[in-house]
Amino acid sequence: MASEIIALSPLDLALAAILLVLLAALTILLHLGLWKQIIVAGLRTTAQLFLIGFVLKWIFARSDFIFITALALVMLLAAGREAALRQKRRFVGIWGFSFGAVAMFLSSFTITFLALVFVIHNEPWYLPQYAIPILGMMLGNTMNGVAIGLDRLTTIAWQGRAVIEGRLMLGQTWSQAIGDIRKDSIRSALIPIINAMSIAGLVSLPGMMTGQILAGNPPLEAVKYQILIMFMIASGTGFGSLAAVYFASRRLFDERHRLRLDRLRK
Amino acid sequence: MTFEIENLVFHNLNPVSLHLPESFCIGLFGSSGAGKTLFLRALADLDPHGGSVSLDEKPANDYKPHDWRKKVGLLPSESQWWFDTVGEHFHDCDGDALGRLGFDNDVMRWQVSRLSSGEKQRLGLLRLLANLPAVLLLDEPTANLDPRFVGEVEAILDRYKKQRPASLIWVSHDRGQLERVADRIFEIRDQHLLEVNRG
Repeated sequence: MASEIIALSPLDLALAAILLVLLAALTILLHLGLWKQIIVAGLRTTAQLFLIGFVLKWIFARSDFIFITALALVMLLAAGREAALRQKRRFVGIWGFSFGAVAMFLSSFTITFLALVFVIHNEPWYLPQYAIPILGMMLGNTMNGVAIGLDRLTTIAWQGRAVIEGRLMLGQTWSQAIGDIRKDSIRSALIPIINAMSIAGLVSLPGMMTGQILAGNPPLEAVKYQILIMFMIASGTGFGSLAAVYFASRRLFDERHRLRLDRLRK
Repeated sequence: MTFEIENLVFHNLNPVSLHLPESFCIGLFGSSGAGKTLFLRALADLDPHGGSVSLDEKPANDYKPHDWRKKVGLLPSESQWWFDTVGEHFHDCDGDALGRLGFDNDVMRWQVSRLSSGEKQRLGLLRLLANLPAVLLLDEPTANLDPRFVGEVEAILDRYKKQRPASLIWVSHDRGQLERVADRIFEIRDQHLLEVNRG
């Protein structure tokens, strides 16, 4: 059945690209100042996907643990960097990058490993045809949660300085003083994935399942994989955002529980 | 409990040393930006600072940070409220003081968003006193108040100072008020803390 998939020609891709160019042209007419971002993002998508296509072809052919680990680390570093760049007020120095990267490492890598070893049972467990795409989906989604959670935490703390310090003045611990903001940040981080689970199948057919169906797999097999992935993504996003927001909220205070907004970028 | 400030370094001031016995009030004034508020913040350990501050011969670092701030209570010039109703901010309140500042128990059900700046300042003081701090750092505690409540606040703080007993540092622009409430008066001028003669 898989042989029935329709191969796309360069012309097919060019037709889709014209749509993007039309969108960019419209934003120029409307003075939205977005055309550069749209074109650059489009070019990035094309270049990055072709590049990963070649890398995957090469890695799938070898299935070497060292190369797979190296690729996984590159993915982690890229996700950490993107999560840091999304924040309006990130922590100065290495911290802005580390909270996101460490949290994503803890949650995405652990959950991917558990799923590969205990659910999918490949031989070897790190078979790259499974390990790399699953890790990619985990990191991509966890990154969204982590970036939203951290951005919200630092932005509200910045605006809410007077209240946080007012609570400290009344003898609250750092954790009590930032508690409401932390709760709010974690909630925001989890809303997209909760939405995604709630509408899956009703409004949207998730990407991986669509891909499997297009590739000719029976829908019910595709559904089971999608449920597995959804649960992994939701827990990965949840654990990752919790970890990132907790680490980061501690870093907003020093050892004497003083609010240290000087640790954030102006 | 005595409050001891030794070579405190903060803002742009030369090191400040000061000794406050029990039931004692120090008045403080100075032009805007001189560092009065930063002085109080350093004492409450809200900003990094040099030198040492101790209460009852025990340095601040030997207290847990939140215990220190419960004992060394800072009343900011603008009080902060984060829950919807007044009552959620209080675990306890002195009913007599509540009445003298123009409220009854019903105030606990009031919406914070509808408080005037004067009401916020009076309630902010009551909320801080409920913690029973041994040291009170007061940043313009009567700046937003009607004249009839200024006297009440002064009387409540004087009674608290004697009964607790507590040490007070009282920042005010009103020299007359400092003459009434303070045992010694200081001015922050030219990066120094200088004692001024009482009028």
